[in-house]
Amino acid sequence: MRLPALVAALVLAMTVSTVASDAREQAKEQLKFGIEVAQHNLWREAISKFERAADIDPTYAPAWNNLAIAYEQQGDLAKANDAYQKALKLDPDNQYIKQNFDLFREIHERTLRQNSR
Amino acid sequence: MNVRFARTVVSVAAVVVTASCTHFYEIPIETPIRPKLDVSGFQRVLVAGFISGGTDDVDGNVETTRLLRSQLRTKSDLRVIDADTLPLVDVATRRDPSAAATPAPAIREAKDLVTYEPVFANVAYWKDIGEEYQQPLIVTGTVLFIPQEQSRPVIRNEEEYDNFGRRTTRTVRSYQELKGFKLSLNVIFIDGRTGAVIHSIRPEESNSYPSNQQTPALSAYFELMDRIVPSFLGTLSSQRVKGTRFLLQ
Repeated sequence: MRLPALVAALVLAMTVSTVASDAREQAKEQLKFGIEVAQHNLWREAISKFERAADIDPTYAPAWNNLAIAYEQQGDLAKANDAYQKALKLDPDNQYIKQNFDLFREIHERTLRQNSR
Repeated sequence: MNVRFARTVVSVAAVVVTASCTHFYEIPIETPIRPKLDVSGFQRVLVAGFISGGTDDVDGNVETTRLLRSQLRTKSDLRVIDADTLPLVDVATRRDPSAAATPAPAIREAKDLVTYEPVFANVAYWKDIGEEYQQPLIVTGTVLFIPQEQSRPVIRNEEEYDNFGRRTTRTVRSYQELKGFKLSLNVIFIDGRTGAVIHSIRPEESNSYPSNQQTPALSAYFELMDRIVPSFLGTLSSQRVKGTRFLLQ
């Protein structure tokens, strides 16, 4: 009675793991394309790739980090802030994300201060 | 000591682990900061002049007009209209029948400006100006550049030697006299098509120098305007902040 349940749990775990691994690989592919187009200054195209990556694997911190940078480049600071927050929540010790966010926050807070004057 | 050492090791390890697991690409970006005021309906801007007061050493009207025009020429997409500054003090007093016969009172402090401020709400006057210059965005307002003095406590260490040549230090507290200026602007943006005020900002900055330091009033004025100009430009035109970020994979 216990053995079938164990086998089923194992199969389920392996399936979930495989699906997750597939999602991560697909997200990485999207990120790779996104980075290439961003390096050619095609930021709108990059946004669509990074958004796709974040959709495919919402637990992938680099996707949110890159999306935040692309939003920042486009001047959408509110969306950039949200994306950075998600990236940091997923990977709070990542030094690159932290540094990106610190630089962004300086600009964002200055803008908010100026607008409130 | 052990705890600090352990923390250092952990943070270094975190960086190494992050770096080893993540591919990164440093990329230059330019973050655009949107202007506070939508000026897409205007092609031209007229910095019409300012009602100014405070010290006589600087003509706040002429200097502010000249500086803002030159900044707009290089940092905004609007075409800057070259025209004589409007004699706003005269306009304001002439329109007030009770003040017409007497000379305009000197503007030394903020409350002196109150007499003149209604001119900015004179929709008919600004609409006429707008028609004259093909309905631009009009920039005007008040400038108050006031000298100020203050003293601040200063703490310094003095060395002393006793009879045996031993050095001791003692803390001496004194006051330092400072002179400086306060610059207060009220920048008013008027729609040249309707003559109505559409926006205003009130930046204010001050500086101070030791009283024995001779700082020309004009230098102090430009130092303060350097701090004010970004918020003025941020109202009218988008700014770009350059930087670099790390894209990750």
